[in-house]
Amino acid sequence: MLRYLGQRLLEAAVVLLAMSFLIYLLLGLMPGDPIDLLASGDPNITSADLARLKAVYGLDRPLLERYGHWLRGALAGDFGYSRLYALPVTELMAPRLGNTALLMGLSFVLALLLALPAGVLAAVRQRSWLDYGLNLFAFAGISLPSFWLALLLILLFAVTLGWLPAGGVHAVGDDSLGNRALHLVLPVLTLTLLTIGGVLRFTRGAMLEALRQDYIRTARAKGLGPWGVVVGHALRNAMIPVVTILALNFGSLFSGALIVEQMFAYQGMGKMIYDAILGNDFNLALVGLLFATLLTLLSNLGADVVYAWLDPRISYAD
Amino acid sequence: MGRLFALTMAAAALLGLALPGAGAAGAAQAEARNELVIGITQFPSTLHPNIDSMVAKSYVLGMAQRPFTAYDQDWQLACFLCTGLPTFENGRAVREPLPEGVEGHGERDGVALTYTIQPGATWGDGTPVSTDDVLFTYEVGKHPDSGISNAELYRRILGIDAIDEKTFVVHADRITFDYNGLGDFRVLPAHLERAIFEADPSTYRNRTRFNTDPTNPGLWFGPYRVSEVVSGSHIALEANPTWWGTPPHFRRIVVKVVENTAALEANLLSGAIDMIAGELGLTLDQALAFEQRHGDQFRVHYQPGLLYEHIEVNLDNPILADLRVRKALMLGLDREAMSQQLFQGRQPVADTKVSPLDWVYDDDVTKYHEDLAAAAALLDGAGWSDIRNGIRHNAAGEPLQLELMTTAGNRTRELVEQVLQSQWRRLGIDVRIRNEPARVFFGQTLDERRFTGLAMFAWSSMPEHVPRTILHSEEIPTAANNWAGQNYAGYVNPEVDQLIDAIEIELDRDKREAMWHRLQEIYAEELPGLPLYFRADAHIWPKWLDGIRPTGHMFPSTLWVEQWGAGTG
Repeated sequence: MLRYLGQRLLEAAVVLLAMSFLIYLLLGLMPGDPIDLLASGDPNITSADLARLKAVYGLDRPLLERYGHWLRGALAGDFGYSRLYALPVTELMAPRLGNTALLMGLSFVLALLLALPAGVLAAVRQRSWLDYGLNLFAFAGISLPSFWLALLLILLFAVTLGWLPAGGVHAVGDDSLGNRALHLVLPVLTLTLLTIGGVLRFTRGAMLEALRQDYIRTARAKGLGPWGVVVGHALRNAMIPVVTILALNFGSLFSGALIVEQMFAYQGMGKMIYDAILGNDFNLALVGLLFATLLTLLSNLGADVVYAWLDPRISYAD
Repeated sequence: MGRLFALTMAAAALLGLALPGAGAAGAAQAEARNELVIGITQFPSTLHPNIDSMVAKSYVLGMAQRPFTAYDQDWQLACFLCTGLPTFENGRAVREPLPEGVEGHGERDGVALTYTIQPGATWGDGTPVSTDDVLFTYEVGKHPDSGISNAELYRRILGIDAIDEKTFVVHADRITFDYNGLGDFRVLPAHLERAIFEADPSTYRNRTRFNTDPTNPGLWFGPYRVSEVVSGSHIALEANPTWWGTPPHFRRIVVKVVENTAALEANLLSGAIDMIAGELGLTLDQALAFEQRHGDQFRVHYQPGLLYEHIEVNLDNPILADLRVRKALMLGLDREAMSQQLFQGRQPVADTKVSPLDWVYDDDVTKYHEDLAAAAALLDGAGWSDIRNGIRHNAAGEPLQLELMTTAGNRTRELVEQVLQSQWRRLGIDVRIRNEPARVFFGQTLDERRFTGLAMFAWSSMPEHVPRTILHSEEIPTAANNWAGQNYAGYVNPEVDQLIDAIEIELDRDKREAMWHRLQEIYAEELPGLPLYFRADAHIWPKWLDGIRPTGHMFPSTLWVEQWGAGTG
């Protein structure tokens, strides 16, 4: 198992290296650079100034040379400066990483706690009113655009009712736990509602498939109670495809948080990457996107490990 | 987005949960109104006064620092950090020969300008703002690696002599009409920054205290000083005890960044912010919709400004090189109706690139009102007389087809584009729309003159801004000059070149005004760009807030923040 994990981590490192090159290339090949954008907003800036600034920021050098320079720095732990915020990229990312982890973690756990039992219930009570109701809820969650749901919740809970803050991580001058928690409610609720639908539908589908298997009939014939069969036999087997979806979902939750973070002015990674790409902040965008890649790779590795735990037939032993 | 916002509001109401607005009572009441929360849509990339030029930064720095000179609310050059403008009349500006070795030696004079720093000007840590700071700022500005955005000013300064703690003389290499303005020369605190700069000038832009320690009181000397910075989220400012001027009303001002304008609007309604700054706030269509729904709760002020929305024409295109076609395009538009219907008349129609608010504006230039018959006659005369399937063709059978580009995703521009297309269609002109994301449009298509016909965008400007980079023939971007310059139309007129050169150095206001009028006359007659309208900023204030007077030019309303106060509204 350890060797397997080591091998997968090595593969992940190679993928990250390749991705860093690819992303750097794509960002560098995009038309315009930060200095061009500066020129469009400054009537006084001269052509000589533009040329000088491009040289100062190294933007006049070939792309490959710039990548080599960045990579050498990154391997030594220096990921460069953000042009948008004039701070070291790592210093900028740390608090945002924490914010997004909190937002994602909470909404992910909440979505699982609600969607897994709901999916199981919908499968066990197939074609009942409960099933129809849960399906309706799931489809609503899947089809609602995230920005619209966010706006709706802001209008309802912040503008109309005035119960919750409309956005931000905490109130200015009050970063107490309670205040932070209050600011998390709406973004977490939005992300949870958006995530539940998919997980519920997959769980229901996988459970229906599992409940039709021969070993379920055998378990029932052995005299196990209905919930004993569902929890002890069907659920565990149904979880394998669900875990795959969850692992993929975890990665997409990261990018899905982009719109939610944007709407709630929540200082997280998704918003940071978005701003960085729009603002031609190469270093920040690159490191943010690499982190998203790393997260997807790790969540898939985690899913593989969970498979082995769920199904003893899957083994990564040498 | 305004429509989406209304739709969402309706959905919230349909859910049966629309209760009386409890949120409106939030920050708006502002605890005895000694705190003001301002919403804007952009976070400044740095608070260093001389690195990067951004509206968000100017807005914040307006409260925490003061420029030596700036245009005031009446668009006149005025002293802020200095005690008075040096002029030839008051003897504080003196002609002097250029030293040997300096370009222009023996051909023209330079000028020595004497400035005195406000006697009470003191950094927030108690250190007086002095000529040592001025000398240090000059040292940073002229260093090629320091990352200062606009180095032209520092190139024009040949040297600075400190007379005493508060008085200094600037030796400039030319006498221009705005010779006594110090524009982008923003003083830096030598006692905090010198050691950092001298350690390594090339990395100073990253290590400056304005980035690493922005709440250090010694960096600020305005009515407020920065007390908290949360990147991407907000900047808090508190009243500065060392401020020499009128004490400000608010104890604390928070500038909160909400980039999504629908969310910004919701923040205002919920009371999370008190006002939306017009400099960086809602678009005009959003503000108009907002005013219709909530005009009873807030004051909405529309400030026309210097942002000149127009259509650049590529004069290399043989169709557009014909002046008759350009004039027909103008006569085919009903810009008054467009401004009225799309912007409720809040954005004045433009005749040239000079704003009617600018003192050099000429009201007697050729004005183009809709005249379809005259436009058709011009097109006929230009050879586009054969109309087939509603589209004009020339004798060679080529259709009168033009490409119109703008920034994709800009709702207002895309709306205007649709109107332009349909209005020109009436004349038999086939306009094809091809939009691009802003970074591609500005970063490549315009820069390298890759647009084939028409490109719609706005020029930012300043009062009496000489359009050298936009209209001078030496400023046409080409591969040979590495795409330098902003004369994207490719416009060449020796008389315009001469006027631009002459205006820059003419000190006599009357003579300069005459030259400006001639320049506008040529612009309106030759149409190197098709004028549309001047953009207006929409400022949204609570009814209780008094004293804000937006300028309409690039200097923000925050330069007079000490005059803001809580009234009785």
